[in-house]
Amino acid sequence: MSSEDLGFLWALLVNGASIGLMYALIALGFVLVYKATDAINFAQGEFVMLASFAAALALGIGGMPVIAAVLLAVALMIGFSFGLERVVLRPLLGRPVVAVIMATIGLAAMLRGLPPITIGGETRALPLPVGDEPVRLGAASLPPIQVVGAIVAVLFFVAFTWFFKKSRMGVAMRAVADNQQVAMAMGINVERYFALAWAMAGIVSALGGVLWGSMLGVDVHVAVIGLKVFPVVILGGLDSIGGALVGGLIIGIVESLAAGYLDPYVGGGTKDFAPYLLMILVLMFRPYGIFGKRKIERV
Amino acid sequence: MTEASVSSARGAPAAKIVLDIADVSKKFGGVTAVENVAMTVPEGRILSVIGPNGAGKTSLLNMISGFYKPDTGSIRLRGDDITSKRPSEIAALGIARTFQNIALFSGLTVLDNLMLGRHVHMKSGVLASALYWGWARKEEIAHRQRCEEIIEFLKLQDLRKQQTAALAYGLRKRVELGRALALEPKILLLDEPMGGMNQEEKEDMARFILDVNQERGVTVVLIEHDMGVVMDISDQVVVLDRGRRIGGGTPDEVQRDPRVIQAYLGTSKGAAAA
Repeated sequence: MSSEDLGFLWALLVNGASIGLMYALIALGFVLVYKATDAINFAQGEFVMLASFAAALALGIGGMPVIAAVLLAVALMIGFSFGLERVVLRPLLGRPVVAVIMATIGLAAMLRGLPPITIGGETRALPLPVGDEPVRLGAASLPPIQVVGAIVAVLFFVAFTWFFKKSRMGVAMRAVADNQQVAMAMGINVERYFALAWAMAGIVSALGGVLWGSMLGVDVHVAVIGLKVFPVVILGGLDSIGGALVGGLIIGIVESLAAGYLDPYVGGGTKDFAPYLLMILVLMFRPYGIFGKRKIERV
Repeated sequence: MTEASVSSARGAPAAKIVLDIADVSKKFGGVTAVENVAMTVPEGRILSVIGPNGAGKTSLLNMISGFYKPDTGSIRLRGDDITSKRPSEIAALGIARTFQNIALFSGLTVLDNLMLGRHVHMKSGVLASALYWGWARKEEIAHRQRCEEIIEFLKLQDLRKQQTAALAYGLRKRVELGRALALEPKILLLDEPMGGMNQEEKEDMARFILDVNQERGVTVVLIEHDMGVVMDISDQVVVLDRGRRIGGGTPDEVQRDPRVIQAYLGTSKGAAAA
């Protein structure tokens, strides 16, 4: 390999990894909810979209300072996911899993329809004050927003890992995830932890929405990132926080490599194709993911 | 609590009724799991519930701990109706339980499992523990101390940092008992704590149960198949068969009761008396 080839590979890897960390952050929202409540949230991408709209409107129309707009998006998403759990999902407790899935799919469709109905479908800018000067890492250079996104994602993973390993509430939440009945017998208010899990998913979605919306521009297409969540969590394991991180990185890098090396031959599109091919392969050989809990069910 | 009047002498009217179960019934679809069962649990004693498989023992326990709502009847704790309370509320009122199939949190260490038992006693919530870091820390240390006492009591010292999934069966049962004790319950509901154990493990477990009862004054409701153990350590025995109460009294009375013998022989369970 010539040094130019190596440089190209490096650029693809760095770029893929930074995008992968964003996927991981958004997948984290999905994993937190699944881990604690067993609910599969098909509206994760729409959560992200909603947050990006909130931030873009607060900045553009409200004229708020950036930090206030971000905090507003976080507060809104906490409230939204909290309310969603309370109003829509709690009555479905104990119902078949498919009921929750359908409820979130319906919600997703409604949320995607909301912006065109209310404020129009045009793309809005969500400028964050991070400059335009690309950040150079050897032969690779990244847009600053991607660097910020990667840093935020890493910080969140560190924080959540600490929370679940060390904090009392985190340990209790793992207990709820492990066995709801027994957690109840320990005097743990299971519903409260469900609400907390959703609120945490809201926070993650809000940050993801601000970053992703800033990268792409804010319109309903922001929600498409929700589709990336599935290969990420299938790869990493639906209930594994570390798995979301590794899964995100793998998917980001695979996408980037596919786009860099295969697209020139097939004329494009492998970026969207490769993650799902990988997902199907994983499902065939390791259906519980790389780090997921292997559930053995007695029949 | 009442000092060691633990013999099966029934003449201990001094004991107050701590748990009063009045005519509870529970149906699942067309199947009656429990039918008009009444039972009173005297404070500070060990009461065993025995009966063939499917007699409704676990269903009864599930009603006491709030997992099932009885269709009829009521359950009172020191006179207060707890029939419609939720499991977490009942735990907070001082009723702890173990499960028939070991139900430890498998990804967690022995110590973490016990610390979860302290949950009902933990005061500071998320915000508090974030804001008053020092205070939460202090509380944490106090809870840790209680767990260490239990670990010592159950002789689990070497295992405290081990993941429970890796432990031998008998030890996991012991950890589950420890987790229930971490709640510092007034009443302990044990669902087959010796199921699947060998003789030595059973004797250890029986010893622990007696110690919990005598030294800590904890009232024990025990479901157990090993008749030897039941007759040895119980103050009172209640016999269920096909959802109904068919007998009860001291171990001696129960062993002589023809209906009880019938129920056991009738299901060829007579060997259980071994």
